Amino acid sequence: MADVLGDQRMTMNWGPQHPSAHGVLRLVMELDGEIVTRIDPHIGLLHRGTEKLIEHKTYLQALPYFDRLDYVAPMNQEHAFSLAVEKLLGLEVPPRGQYIRVLFSEIGRLLSHLLNVTTQAMDVGALTPPLWGFEEREKLMIFYERASGARLHANYFRTGGVHQDIPGGLAEDIYGFCEHFPKVLDDIEGLLTENRIFKQRNVDIGIVSREEAEAWGFSGVMLRSTGLAWDLRRAQPYECYSDLDFKIPIGKNGDCYDRYLMRMEEMRQSNNIMKQCLDRMPSGPVSSQDNKVVPPKRGEMKRSMEALIHHFKLFTEGYHVPEGEVYAAIEAPKGEFGVYLISDGTNKPYRCKIRPPSYAHLQAIDFMCRGHMLADVSAVLGSLDIVFGEIDR
Amino acid sequence: MTQTLEDFGKEISDALPGAVLAQTMPLGQLTLEVASIDIVRTMKFLRDDPGCAFAVLIDICGVDWPQRAKRFDVVYHLLSLTKNRRIRLKVQTDEASPVPSVVGVFAAANWFEREAFDMYGITFADHPDMRRLLTDYGFSGYPMRKDFPLSGYVEVHYDEEVKRVVYRPVELVQEFRDFDFMSPWEGARYVLPGDEKSSKGRG
Repeated sequence: MADVLGDQRMTMNWGPQHPSAHGVLRLVMELDGEIVTRIDPHIGLLHRGTEKLIEHKTYLQALPYFDRLDYVAPMNQEHAFSLAVEKLLGLEVPPRGQYIRVLFSEIGRLLSHLLNVTTQAMDVGALTPPLWGFEEREKLMIFYERASGARLHANYFRTGGVHQDIPGGLAEDIYGFCEHFPKVLDDIEGLLTENRIFKQRNVDIGIVSREEAEAWGFSGVMLRSTGLAWDLRRAQPYECYSDLDFKIPIGKNGDCYDRYLMRMEEMRQSNNIMKQCLDRMPSGPVSSQDNKVVPPKRGEMKRSMEALIHHFKLFTEGYHVPEGEVYAAIEAPKGEFGVYLISDGTNKPYRCKIRPPSYAHLQAIDFMCRGHMLADVSAVLGSLDIVFGEIDR
Repeated sequence: MTQTLEDFGKEISDALPGAVLAQTMPLGQLTLEVASIDIVRTMKFLRDDPGCAFAVLIDICGVDWPQRAKRFDVVYHLLSLTKNRRIRLKVQTDEASPVPSVVGVFAAANWFEREAFDMYGITFADHPDMRRLLTDYGFSGYPMRKDFPLSGYVEVHYDEEVKRVVYRPVELVQEFRDFDFMSPWEGARYVLPGDEKSSKGRG
């Protein structure tokens, strides 16, 4: 599809169905021979009008849309929305609920990083890592399923806590997974870290300086790769992250290879956080006891008239959220995922703006790829860690 | 903490005479209402002033308030990595008057402003590339406006005769069911059918 302009210059269409596009991305690239001179990303091919739909749904019905944003780590998105609603309601999540949330947020981080690291390897030519990574992802998704009933679209982090307590035996199984998981990471690292081809394709590719990262609104791994230890879990702690012990890996050169190394280290840290959560998991309720917001338990509903009324009201009218506006952000695997919520006092959000980290990252691809070779575009795309569910919304 | 943030907001308003119209603290989050013409100046100050150091533009979004004369809010969220602070700026505008673009201050503003344009029809003056972003090629209308129907106006389907995907007006087999669950006993702002007389008699 190359349209030859001059001697060496051409405009090339790439995508929207390209295996290394990580979804439906269309790039219109201007090339000078094999050197990229300009990239114009065309996005929105997966636009589903999530924000518009949320305005027409009650708060409870809006939650599942968040699973469908970054579908690689669904629960992390739910978390941001739940935090925003809880801030507006002034609702407190009981400790056990907080620990379960953190546990599953970190599982989400593993899910996302496993997919990203291994498909980044696939983008530069290695086929084994994704097979190994997907095996672990499968185990993690089974944990999701055992807790929430769904492998992917969990709808688990409800306002006030989590939907239900984790079933018996799940904590032990997750602990068993955590014991064995570092070995898998060692194996993947053995394949990639010192691999000559992998290094040739990633070292010194897509270098970002700290000033550039700030100007382009980077967050998460992309920002930390420039050497700045900024992590919302540490800087603006939510849930019980301030009680947990973890390290924030930072990069030195800000290139694709650094970002790969950081994601590997973040997975080890997440693994530690999960273990700590399981060790310290308090007993007690998993969600707030305020039945004006949190539906009563099924058994209670069969005996108590009050509970039956609450259940009926919550699943028809929903709960009303006091008028106000709030911005809540979490450290999602890909960066800062924020929800800006405006409530007008009714049972539906007036406005719900979703701030996806990949959106800010993808728009920087033009400046990151300028002067690079065509083949580096897929390496940079891989290390940006983009998912179109959340970019297009 | 809240007190210092409030004072901090006052310091900003003092440093930018005329730019800051109002200051609020909803749920402890500092919010400044800024005059549209002063937004670039304010952004530059917030980014470069060492006391502010809001180096990262987190988000720009539109909000529609159709009953207001200036119906749109443009909401900016900034983050300071060194001071660990957030700030929210609001600019009011309408369909006709463009808001000065802040792409010159924050490169990240580019797509966020394009999205606000795409979704609400808010225009940004001096934006380098004011094209639609998320909607379909050739789309018309501004889908996030409150007067735009949820189902939209057109749908696509594959036409067997012309052998390609074509547009046609939306046909709903069943009327869109937008249930009104607001309780008539609390907060509903309408009169139930048959209740007109009773509410008249009450007044």
